[in-house]
Amino acid sequence: MFPHNSNLAYVILAFMSELVLEIKNLRKEYGAKVAVQDVSFHANRGEVVGLLGPNGAGKTTTIQTLLGLVLPTSGTVNIFGMPIATERIKILQRCNFSSAYIWLPENLKVRENLNVFAALYQVKKAKEKINELLEMFEISQFANTLTGKLSSGESTRLNLCKALLNDPELLMLDEPTASLDPDIADKVRKLIVKIQKEKNMTVLYTSHNMKDVQEICNRVVFMQHGKVHAEGSPKQILAQFKQKSLEDVFIRIARGGDLIEEEEKAGEEA
Amino acid sequence: MSLARLRGLLLRYYYCYSRSSFRILDIVFWPVMDLLIWGFLTMYMMKVNNNVPGVFTFFIGAVIMWNVLYRAQQAVSVSFLEDVWSRNFVNIFVAPVRTFEFVAATCISGLVQSVCVSIILIPLSYWFYHYNFGALGICMIPFFINLILMGWTIGLITTALIIRWGHQAEALAWAIPFLIQPICAVFYPVDVLPVWLRSIALCVPATYVFEGMRTVLKGGSFSTKDLIMSVALNMLYAFLAAMLFEYLFNEARKNGKLTKMNT
Repeated sequence: MFPHNSNLAYVILAFMSELVLEIKNLRKEYGAKVAVQDVSFHANRGEVVGLLGPNGAGKTTTIQTLLGLVLPTSGTVNIFGMPIATERIKILQRCNFSSAYIWLPENLKVRENLNVFAALYQVKKAKEKINELLEMFEISQFANTLTGKLSSGESTRLNLCKALLNDPELLMLDEPTASLDPDIADKVRKLIVKIQKEKNMTVLYTSHNMKDVQEICNRVVFMQHGKVHAEGSPKQILAQFKQKSLEDVFIRIARGGDLIEEEEKAGEEA
Repeated sequence: MSLARLRGLLLRYYYCYSRSSFRILDIVFWPVMDLLIWGFLTMYMMKVNNNVPGVFTFFIGAVIMWNVLYRAQQAVSVSFLEDVWSRNFVNIFVAPVRTFEFVAATCISGLVQSVCVSIILIPLSYWFYHYNFGALGICMIPFFINLILMGWTIGLITTALIIRWGHQAEALAWAIPFLIQPICAVFYPVDVLPVWLRSIALCVPATYVFEGMRTVLKGGSFSTKDLIMSVALNMLYAFLAAMLFEYLFNEARKNGKLTKMNT
């Protein structure tokens, strides 16, 4: 009915199917090295999708491509029915991102950092929104503290405040609970789930903490060597790999999957 | 371009500079030191040998005007580096910020810094040496605009090269202006340069400004032809610098160097 690359077609299809994110045949080469090859997956509105895989699996490159920080070698990325390649600003206005490895300027106070990003995302009633988020993440007492003086747990919560400033429809979280103690990690996890449900937000979540993933994600995409190795709900993945936990699946995929199966058979035969 | 986003980027610079006395000191300290050293040196030269007409006014005027260019350049390059150093670079570029808005904010910061430095240096030069910068008259305005434009252009080129070569090229932010300084005849007339270098000097917009400044201070008038030449060259280089920046920025997005800047 529509030409395949028509923006209008994507917008209408996205609206009809509540498709928020769609990656098709994504490939990224850095010279001779192929970081991501033939990656395709999608995320619907209100879904929490875990993007998992060992170090070097291609998760970061995939997220960077979604954010328009990296240009793909081939393939398409459509968010809200629009291609990131040409509609980056419109898309980013409705998305946000937080990573445990990316900081806010340490020489600005907590509230100042949030003021800056509220202006960049053109947040209405910014002061109220900032106060609300600071209270929600229990860091309002640090509003006038220099960001550099926060502990790593407080910094992570500040990053999440920044990521929620514009009420994003698509939130990308790169290891949000890394470097947090179990108590704070649990609080943060519960807050993310609460906000996600309240706002019916789509979340793309990467983590090495499989407990987090099992608890939060509706669907997981396992990557290995730049490819999608497995995709499905946590239950489907456990059944597919005949494992008891996602951590076991992770270890199995990270160690070569089929190879282990062969080793197990060899062990049984022996 | 969104004014709200531009305001957000400028707000960041305001918070940054209003908080840190060291940053303000860095902006003011070096130009004041330049003024003192060159001022006292020329006073001494005048005592030893008073044969060079106008040497004193040339040097002081040159120091003030060079700092206008240098501050404009530094603001563009160092503002970018600030984001790199604070690992905030990715946060800025995953926000809906156009590269044009980012560059515009650094340019405005450069303009503000240049104006502030001039506001400090002009009265200081009068206080120490009874130097009347106002002798340049209305010419000050085109001189100032041309130097700011050239400062922004050098800043943009420097930033593009830093994006291309990464952290190892950060020193370029300070080196490139001083590569241009000897060529654009800041402290001496173009005639002093070897013939082959003179033709290069005439391709630099600031050369016309510094030559024009000396002409005006000697009592002559600034040639409209030179002014047009300076503006035309500035516009051409600004356009080429914007193209280079856009090209290298997109290349960095292709080869992953942009995100490496954040590590």
